[in-house]
Amino acid sequence: MALLSKKDSNLILDPLADNNPITIQVLGICSALAITAELKASVVMAISVLFVLGVGNVVISLLRNVIPAKIRIIVQLVVVAALVIIVDQVLKAFAYELSKTLSVFVGLIITNCIIMGRFEAFALGNGPWKSFLDGIGNALGYGVILIIVGFFRELLGSGTLFGIKVLGDPVAKTGLYALGYENNGFMIIPPAALIVVGIIIWVQRSRNRALIEEA
Amino acid sequence: MAINTEKNSYTVVFAVVMVIVVGSVLAFLASALKPKVDENQRFEKQQNILYAMGVNDNEGEGSVSFIPTSEVESEFSKYIKKQLVIEGTEVKEKQDAYLIDMKKQLSTIKSGGSAELPLLIGEKDGKEYYIIPLYGKGLWDAIWGFMSVDANMVVQGVFFDHKGETPGLGANINQRFFMDDFEGESILDGNSYAGIAVAKGNGDPLNENKDDNEVDALAGATITGNGISAMIKDALKLYKPYLETIRKK
Repeated sequence: MALLSKKDSNLILDPLADNNPITIQVLGICSALAITAELKASVVMAISVLFVLGVGNVVISLLRNVIPAKIRIIVQLVVVAALVIIVDQVLKAFAYELSKTLSVFVGLIITNCIIMGRFEAFALGNGPWKSFLDGIGNALGYGVILIIVGFFRELLGSGTLFGIKVLGDPVAKTGLYALGYENNGFMIIPPAALIVVGIIIWVQRSRNRALIEEA
Repeated sequence: MAINTEKNSYTVVFAVVMVIVVGSVLAFLASALKPKVDENQRFEKQQNILYAMGVNDNEGEGSVSFIPTSEVESEFSKYIKKQLVIEGTEVKEKQDAYLIDMKKQLSTIKSGGSAELPLLIGEKDGKEYYIIPLYGKGLWDAIWGFMSVDANMVVQGVFFDHKGETPGLGANINQRFFMDDFEGESILDGNSYAGIAVAKGNGDPLNENKDDNEVDALAGATITGNGISAMIKDALKLYKPYLETIRKK
């Protein structure tokens, strides 16, 4: 017996590829541009969103029959905000260095459209288990893109991965740098993320033509 | 029993209960994690202070690297020999003087009260470092730091940080290429405590002249730079009486 039914596993797999929140729905672009200059920040952001969206979707789903329709957006905001504060506090306590670079963006999770979008579109109408899977799936889809972008930006921009010099030392001119290779400073700045995301969108749509919208 | 979620009274009760529940969960969490967060902030301050007296893991010309958090506590007590508090003309030792909040002290002074000014004396390789805390404002928000001088009033090292300066411009005050310029600069101009100005177009971009009381400014960060100059000047005004007593003439 499969661990998940086909329908359930689609909830996780769809957002990873053909219904990716960033490349197909074009949500959550703000944080994808802002924090992906380093792989480490991308990974932490992905994990934070995974937590917030997974737990948040379950909470909203459990409350879906008691939330007054009139104030449902406010209730959703309170749930996201509370979870984000929890993430922020935990980071401050256990990953202080990281929390200093990330605190602004962790706060931005509150306004990340993916989260409100999944609450409104899915969790309000489905049971907790399905909502949980949907939350995890979308957060993973978001995280995968973040990590891909972070990987290329850190590698090409700083010549490092997770802060480790993988291409040699640019100052001492070892490794690739001995051959005249230079880091591309452009990759560090946010517009570079747009280009990388653009290339991912291009590759994805040329592999699966069904994704191309009619003009 | 189906609840009528459309009723106004229900909406109000729901909102109230939600706020109380969420509020108490967050309050509980914040107080449970507070000791850990405070400890992190204390370590950070120790790292910054040690950085200003040249105790750090910097390699070559790259980025700022502090000594690791796991070692900072023992290194701090190894290098920092005395923690002083200057109150008017009185100077006395005080435990954990480095934790004194400069912002509070400066506002006490502004309102005419007498403040406790912390000053740390560090020792490395037989040489004494007098470490002065700095606090001021940049373009958007607070900037702060530490500056260490020797008995000749020559800067041995600085550390600056900021709350919300513009990334890529003013935020670069905590980068090596800016902070390293301060090393070796004299804060004296003749006999007056002139401080060090962050100057545009001082004709000394490589910072070879160490007696001009100037370092080269950051492009695009004029107001942050002026904030640094003012912050150093203000601190020297306060610490001048004490520095006069230790200065080698």
